[in-house]
Amino acid sequence: MTAKLTLGPVLFNWAPEKWRDFYFGIADEALVDSVCIGEVVCAKRAAFTDPVLPEVIARLEAGGKEIIHSTLALIINDDEMRRVRAIAAEPGHLVEANDISAVALLRGRPHAIGPFVNVYNEATLAYLARLGATRVSLPGELPAGSLAVLAKTTPVELEVQVFGRLPLALSARCYHARAHNLHKDGCRYVCADDPDGLDVVTLDGEPLFVVNGTQTLSYTYCNLVGELEALGAAGIGRFRLSPQDIDMVAVARIFRDVLDGREEPLAGFHRLGGLAGPIPFSNGFYHGGEGVKSLPSPFAND
Amino acid sequence: MTAPLELVCPAGTPAALRAAVDAGADSVYLGFRDATNARNFPGLNFSRGELKQGAAYAHDHGAEIFVAINTYPEAGNLDPWHRAVDDAAALGADAILLADIGLADYAARNHPDLRRHLSVQASASNVEAIRFYHREFAIKRVVLPRVLTIGEIAALNAQVPVETEIFVFGGLCVMAEGRCALSSYITGVSPNKDGACSPASHVRYEERGDELVSKLGDRTINVFASGEAAGYPTLCKGRFVTRGRVSYLFEDPASLNAIGMLPELMAAGVTAIKIEGRQRGKAYVSMVVGAFRRAVDAAAKGEAAPPVDLGAVTEGQRQTTGAYRKAWQ
Repeated sequence: MTAKLTLGPVLFNWAPEKWRDFYFGIADEALVDSVCIGEVVCAKRAAFTDPVLPEVIARLEAGGKEIIHSTLALIINDDEMRRVRAIAAEPGHLVEANDISAVALLRGRPHAIGPFVNVYNEATLAYLARLGATRVSLPGELPAGSLAVLAKTTPVELEVQVFGRLPLALSARCYHARAHNLHKDGCRYVCADDPDGLDVVTLDGEPLFVVNGTQTLSYTYCNLVGELEALGAAGIGRFRLSPQDIDMVAVARIFRDVLDGREEPLAGFHRLGGLAGPIPFSNGFYHGGEGVKSLPSPFAND
Repeated sequence: MTAPLELVCPAGTPAALRAAVDAGADSVYLGFRDATNARNFPGLNFSRGELKQGAAYAHDHGAEIFVAINTYPEAGNLDPWHRAVDDAAALGADAILLADIGLADYAARNHPDLRRHLSVQASASNVEAIRFYHREFAIKRVVLPRVLTIGEIAALNAQVPVETEIFVFGGLCVMAEGRCALSSYITGVSPNKDGACSPASHVRYEERGDELVSKLGDRTINVFASGEAAGYPTLCKGRFVTRGRVSYLFEDPASLNAIGMLPELMAAGVTAIKIEGRQRGKAYVSMVVGAFRRAVDAAAKGEAAPPVDLGAVTEGQRQTTGAYRKAWQ
């Protein structure tokens, strides 16, 4: 079976034109099988991207991409709940649940589970499959051993994030607003200033996290290009690239080349390093330790 | 007189359990001494025998016991979690606190008569999520995540078929519980999998000239000037630099205290209030449970809460009502 690539949803607050043009580029050029659209972090931002969404969907469909409509990860108020209800009620695209409430709304028909729903073991996975989950994008902190157990015990298509900042936490509080001495209700959409997230640096000068509105992510880009072969051997057939503010078409090409054997993982790793610039890579969660760490991938021994 | 709020109190040791019951707890929550609960710290928690004795003590004094089995079972290793559920049922627990869907299913199928509460670690923050757990697993009560305002809690209570329980005192998670991997990212020990956030094994304090540096793993979480009270290096309570400015970006060193909000919580339809602190000693438990017992009873009679200073147990930290007030966001 050929491994598939999914482009995860844009998690950051990009200007509508930038957001639209990014997806146009993906539609026309990126070697990915599936593309996630939809606001995941902050419902307030959706007002900006909703108007260009139909164009984006049309272009992605013309580009032959499967569309997945991702939903909000933290749902508290009525506006947020209404938004998820509306997406869940739309016919057509596969919907990705990022909160149990969306699972409840999608129950009984095929749907996807996103990485914000806690699927840690085979019992939970089997339960969600009985409710209609056909594809599950697993939490970033699962180690190789757990991934292998899950893949062995389920007919559900499993996905693992192999590139991009790792989502680490969600809050009702907006840290972007707080960093600007603003309240969430009067945030002036300052998160738009930081299309790759706002750096959170230790007092010793080490960048540790980035904040993206109410979300906190890793400062490092997760990069499992060196682990693709092992993941495939363990039964993981789908890999998620989480969009960063870099050339994601090129990122997708490298992953496709490595998956198809046109490029050695080590060479791919170096090419990704060229695209990521100063941002370090990490793969520690996969190897069962600190997520921040970059441990030697198998190719380091070649 | 209105029905009083149920007072749910922490116990990390048998001594703390007795202290909580003696101070007027309606119920006491605790965990087994392993990764099946979200306070898996060295020297804490209960053996099977201690649970049995603790449950007998609580029941003799009219209190209930809740066993927290609220981490996410490891793939391929479900047995410890299944045994925890089986043993809680056998040893006299009145309810269990669960977060994982697979484990909730196991408990509902194998112990249908054992009351199930949804742990805060499940982060059920809206009406559809709560109805889901009620419908699928007959959950009787939900511990609400610390992301909701009091208005949102009231709106939820009007729509859900279960009781709600909320935290009113102690350590304050600023992230949605059960959905936070900050500590896991830095230490490799996961709150969700291993039951420990910012574990003591990874904490170091270093003197640097006149300053004291607190570290988690190899990372600096805070630097304290001489004479400044040095807090524990929990990641979300650290001091960081953003936009060139040093601040407590995620949360100031503050302890949740909603003792002044009890009448509002009753009006919002909350059934039970919960005190955080299974890692705290029996002196803390006695003092805080006693103060809340008096405040709960006063609120039920429509009287003002007797004044109390809980500053002694909050380690000098500022006290906050957290997410319950919208200004917090």
